Amino acid sequence: MASVRAIQENIVNSQIWKSVFRVGIPNTNRKRVLAVLGSLILHLHPVKVRRSGTRMSYTWCMGGTSFFLFLVETVTGLLLMFYYRPTIEYAFTDIMDLREQAPFGIMREMHRWGAHAMVIAVWLHMFRVFMTGSYKPPREFNWNVGVILLVLTLLLSFTGYLLPWDQLAIWAITVGSSMARATPGAGNEGPMSGLIKLGDIRLIHAGDDARFGLIGGRSIGAATLLRFYVLHCVAIPLVAGFLMAIHFWRVRKDGGISGPL
Amino acid sequence: MSEEITPYQVVPKTPLAGSAAADIREQGEMTRRSFPFVITAAWLALTAALGGLASVLGRFMFPNVLFEPVQKFKAGFVADYAVGEVDERWKDKFGIWLVRTEEVMYALISVCTHLGCTPNWLPTQNKFKCPCHGSGYYKSGVNFEGPTPRPLERAKISIDIADGQIVVDKSKQFHQERGEWTDPESFIKI
Repeated sequence: MASVRAIQENIVNSQIWKSVFRVGIPNTNRKRVLAVLGSLILHLHPVKVRRSGTRMSYTWCMGGTSFFLFLVETVTGLLLMFYYRPTIEYAFTDIMDLREQAPFGIMREMHRWGAHAMVIAVWLHMFRVFMTGSYKPPREFNWNVGVILLVLTLLLSFTGYLLPWDQLAIWAITVGSSMARATPGAGNEGPMSGLIKLGDIRLIHAGDDARFGLIGGRSIGAATLLRFYVLHCVAIPLVAGFLMAIHFWRVRKDGGISGPL
Repeated sequence: MSEEITPYQVVPKTPLAGSAAADIREQGEMTRRSFPFVITAAWLALTAALGGLASVLGRFMFPNVLFEPVQKFKAGFVADYAVGEVDERWKDKFGIWLVRTEEVMYALISVCTHLGCTPNWLPTQNKFKCPCHGSGYYKSGVNFEGPTPRPLERAKISIDIADGQIVVDKSKQFHQERGEWTDPESFIKI
């Protein structure tokens, strides 16, 4: 036993160990605080969680589930990117290839079902937060961050919808993006955009309105596929990741998970 | 702010010559009086830079060249089209139905005015029917069923004087609900 203790001491006193765990074993309150202060990940998490905050019947664990599904989507999505090319020549066949030929054909299904589950989880999380009144001060800022995260979740679903490049995808995005035509002022069928004129010439038309900027053309095409791919894989996850960091940090700063009323 | 106002010129000469404050001024250091100008200029510069960046990012998303079928094309001669028929030969390539009646010929744009899908021409039922949400249109393009709020659009159509062929130009559309189908450019008389 003595030799085990000696090895343990050796490891804990080594430079490598000390460089990673700077505070040492957090066996006092002071060291516990320092351990949290010195760690990015622990910083995002509340220092203390109330007993009620761990009750499934109160939280439904839907915020945690949403985050877990986001991680699942990140990992499976990253793996799919090794096989998928966002061009009209290859997109559909690459999806078929992912299902039929690539190892673990379930990977694409996990990504797809994970996406459905994430939308449901985010909605349920919002529902729980609403029903428990957890949007009230001091948590109103975090409620707003959450609303933006909900929109980003839906946008991730929307942009991912196009990538299989089958008939369902193309027409669903045709229909969905047509709503941008009704943007006030910026869509060619939206209210007030008819007022933006140079003499008799309307300046907002199908070739330069909000929908055009979104899909990169007058109709869904190669430009749309590439654009949605970049939004889906890079732009929206980056913004969502940043907002999630704020979201979790604010949960801690606003007093942890709210208690039952 | 005009150009010639720099933080250092607006500082008045003070009777404190020889003092520490005067020394600092001569060396071009910040003073309480110059600070508001500097901070205003800095905020203006930052706002201008961010505004410029935002407009560049916005403009970048609007491509200059589109890899889409051309908007204007020649569609052969009037005699190539049967009277009373909806002709589908240009639908796949250009998204246009050419319809010839006893008196006129017009070009319908094959984009549903509800949410942009492509309707089908059903000859047996003598109507256009959109597969997405079921909007229906008469042969004229006027809507009669489903969720669509307005008729199909017609494209500019004319006869090329040089060779007598039909020319369809999708870049100019005619809306029935705006009363534009009476425009002589929206049909050709036969």
